[in-house]
Amino acid sequence: MSASQHFALPDENTVHRVQFDNGLTLLVYHNPNVESVVLRGSLSAGSVFDSIDKHGLASITASLLMSGTQTRDFDNINGELEDIGAELEFTTHNFRVMIDGRALAEDLLTLIEVLADALRHPIFPEDELAQELTKRQTELNYAAQNPRYMAARKFYEALYPDNHPYHYSTYGSITSLARVTREDVVRYHAQQYSPNNMILVLVGNVDTNTVETIIGNYLGDWQTTGLPEPTLPIVENPQQIKRVHLPIADMSQTDIVIGAIGASRKDSDYRAATIANSILGEFAMMGRIGEVIREDLGLAYYAYSRLEGGQGRGAWHINIGTDPENVDLAISKALEEIERLITEKVSPDDLQDNQMYFSGRLPLRIESTTGLASALHTIQRYDLGLDYLVRYHDIIYSITTDDVLNAAQRYLHPERLVIATAGA
Amino acid sequence: MSKRVIQQLDNGIRVILQEAHNAPVISFWVAYNVGSRNEPRGKTGLSHWVEHMLFKGTERFPAGVLDREIDRAGGTWNAFTGTDNTMYYETLPASRIELALEAEADRMVNAQFASEDVESERTVIISERQGSENSPTFWLMEAVRKAAFTQHGYHHDILGEMDDLHTITREQLHTHYQTHYSTGNATIVVVGAFDSATMLAQINEHFGAIPARPAPELYVQHEPEQNDERRITIERGGNTAFLSLAHRVPDGTHEDWYVLEVIDSILTGTGTGLETKTTRLHKALIKTGLAASIDGGMSETVDPYIYSLNATLTDGITHEEVERVLLDELARLSSDGVTDRELNRAKKQARASFAYSLDSVTNQAYWLAQSAMLGNINWYDEFIHRLDAVTHEDIQRVAAKYFVPEGRTVGWLIPTGVADDYDYEYEEAEV
Repeated sequence: MSASQHFALPDENTVHRVQFDNGLTLLVYHNPNVESVVLRGSLSAGSVFDSIDKHGLASITASLLMSGTQTRDFDNINGELEDIGAELEFTTHNFRVMIDGRALAEDLLTLIEVLADALRHPIFPEDELAQELTKRQTELNYAAQNPRYMAARKFYEALYPDNHPYHYSTYGSITSLARVTREDVVRYHAQQYSPNNMILVLVGNVDTNTVETIIGNYLGDWQTTGLPEPTLPIVENPQQIKRVHLPIADMSQTDIVIGAIGASRKDSDYRAATIANSILGEFAMMGRIGEVIREDLGLAYYAYSRLEGGQGRGAWHINIGTDPENVDLAISKALEEIERLITEKVSPDDLQDNQMYFSGRLPLRIESTTGLASALHTIQRYDLGLDYLVRYHDIIYSITTDDVLNAAQRYLHPERLVIATAGA
Repeated sequence: MSKRVIQQLDNGIRVILQEAHNAPVISFWVAYNVGSRNEPRGKTGLSHWVEHMLFKGTERFPAGVLDREIDRAGGTWNAFTGTDNTMYYETLPASRIELALEAEADRMVNAQFASEDVESERTVIISERQGSENSPTFWLMEAVRKAAFTQHGYHHDILGEMDDLHTITREQLHTHYQTHYSTGNATIVVVGAFDSATMLAQINEHFGAIPARPAPELYVQHEPEQNDERRITIERGGNTAFLSLAHRVPDGTHEDWYVLEVIDSILTGTGTGLETKTTRLHKALIKTGLAASIDGGMSETVDPYIYSLNATLTDGITHEEVERVLLDELARLSSDGVTDRELNRAKKQARASFAYSLDSVTNQAYWLAQSAMLGNINWYDEFIHRLDAVTHEDIQRVAAKYFVPEGRTVGWLIPTGVADDYDYEYEEAEV
C-alpha cells in the first residue's frame, strides 16, 4: 500500500546506531519535518544501587547534577539552557537514571555541552544539597496527606520485603534523606556515573553524522566504569491476602491498590502478560475493571490496572479511587475480575481486540519525536533489535489465548495479594 | 506549514482543516462553545456532566462500542470541559479516521441520556470531585475563585458544586445538551495526513444532514468591578501550608494578555510550559528556602480571569513572609522593569515551546480549536509574534495596571496538623 511505503517505520536502515569505545551507545533518527530535537537517554545509576539506610541517595545525586559544575554555577548551567528555551532533566528509576532533554535543532550543541558537563563535572555544592533536602522534606510531608500516593507507598511496603529496593521510594524518606551527606553524593557519582552501559537517543531535525561527531567530542573520552547491576533478592507474593489501611483525616475519597508481583520486561511471557493486563484494566476505557466498577456500578472515576514491567519484577496492580462507603464493594468486584482472568480463557475476540489495539496504536506512539525517542530507547535498553518496530505486529499476533491465561495464572493469585487503602 | 481550509457547512458548522503529512495519523476535533462559565448557580457542573454523558452511547453506538472500536483501530479519544468550551477528539491512523466522523456526527444529536446512565454517572462525577477534594490546593483554588468572582461563572469549579451534583436532574442535563450542541455552536478541526477536498466531502457526508440550529444565547453573568483587596483563609488537616496570590487580568485576546504571558514567563517560567530554575520567583522563593514550589496560573480565557501565583511553603515558613516576597517582586516589575536578557529569554522560550507543541497532530488540532473558541482562528499562529512585540515599557505599564490591591485576592491555606496516633493500621486477614 502506498501509505505504508510513504510512512516507513524506522528500522536498521534509517536509525543510525553507533557504540563508542567507552560503552556509550548512540541512536539518531533524522526527522526533517520538525524544528526541534529530542534527547532521551539513560545510564546505570538508579536506586537499586542505594543502601537501604540511605535510600534516595541515587535520586538526590541525579537531581543535583544541574546544580553546578567545575565551570558553571547553578545560575549559569540552568540559565544557559533557559536562555534558549531548552530543557534537560534527570529522573531516577529503579535501575536507570533517565535523561530527557529537548531544544530547537539550532541549539543542539548547547544542549549536549551542558549534558556532558552535568554528567562529568558536577560539584554538588553543600548549600544546594541542603536546599534539595529541605524541599524534599516539605514534599514528603505533603505527600503523607495524599491518599493516592500513600496507598501506593503502603502497597509497595507490604508487597516487597524490606531487603528489596522496591520496598522503598526512589525519592527517599524523611528518615533516610536525613542521613545523606555531600560525601555520599560525591562518592555515589564517582562510583556509578559512567558511559559504560549508557544510552543516548536523539530524534529531530539534526544530521546524524553531526550528532555522532558532537557526542564523540563531548562524551567519547569519558572513561569510567560503574558497578554492574545488582541481582535483586528473590520475591514472593504473601501467603495470604495482606490488607493494609492508612487513615488520613479530612479526605473525601479512599484510594485502593490491589496487586501482586508481576513480570519483568525480560520474562518470555511479558508480552502475554501485557495483553492480559490490557484485558483486565486498560483496553476500551480501563478494561473489565473499568466496565464493572466505573461503567456498570458508577463506583469510581478511575479504576484501571497496570503491569509495571521493567528490568526487575515490578508490580501488577489495580488502582481505584472511591467513596469510603464503597471500598469493600469495589475491592470484591476487582477480586472477581482477577479470579475470572485466571480461570477463564479469554475469548478469541478479546485477544484479537487487544492485538489490534497494541499493533494499531504504533503509528500514534511514534508519531511525535518524543514518542519515537522513547521507543528507540526501550529498543536499545532491552536489546529488542532495530527491526523491532517492523516486527512488532508479528510479535503481538503470535500470542495465543493460552499464553494470556498462562501469564495471568503465573502472576495473579486471588488469595495471595496485597490490598492497600488510604484515605477516609 | 501546509495550507489551511476554513469553511462553513450549510447547517452552520464551522470547519477548519490543516493538512500535515509527517506521519500517517489524523486528529479530529469537535468543539462546542459552552463551558462552566455558562452555568447558573444551582446548575453548576452541567457542561462537564453532559460531556460524560456523550460517552454513554447512542442507538447506533451503544455504550462501550466506540471505546472498543477506537482502541481496535489503534486510536485514542477523549474530551475536555473547560471554563469556556467543551472539546471532543479522536486521533487515529489516517486510514481509520472515518470512525471519528461517524462517532462525532452521531453524538452531536443522538446522545440518549438514559435515566439509569445519568444516575451511574452522578456517582462517577461525585467520585471525580471527591478525588480532587483530597488535594488541599483544590480547596484553596476553589476558595480563591469564589472570592475573586461574585457573579461570573468563573466563580465555580468546572466539576460543579457538590450540592448541585446531588440535585441536577436528567431533564436539566438533556436541556443543556439540546440547547448548546447545535450546529451553529459547533466547530470541527482536523489536522493530519489527508487531502482537504476529500476530508471536506467526508465531513459533509456525515455532518451535512444534521438539521441546522443556530448558536444559543449563552448564559453569562457580568462580574462587577472589584474595589478592594479580598482575603480568604481556609484550614485543613495536614502539615503543608499553601498560598495563592491572584490578580484580575483581561481576556486571552486582549493586548495586555500577551504582556502578562511574558511576565509570567519571567516570574515563574510556567508561561511557556518549560521547566525553569532561574526565574525571578524561583530565585526569590526556592533558592532562599521559603517555598518548595512556585508556579503561575495563566490561561487564555474568553472573559477576564485571574493570574495566580501559587506557592507551597517550606515547613516552618509563614504566609506573611512569602506574601511579602511575592508582592515585592510584583512591585519591582513596574518600578524597575526587566532586563534585556529576561525579555529575550521569554521570547525565545515561547518560540521553542511553540516548536515543541507542533510535534503531534493532536496538539496542533487542540491549539487550532482553542484559537477558534477564542474567536480568532489565527490566535495561536500569532502567539509568538505577539509575544515578540512585547517591550520593556509594556511590562512596566501592565504590571502597574493589574498588580494592584483592588484587583487582588489572597488565599492562605493553613494546615492544622495531624493527630499524634497517626500510625497506620496493619492487619492480615481474609477478605
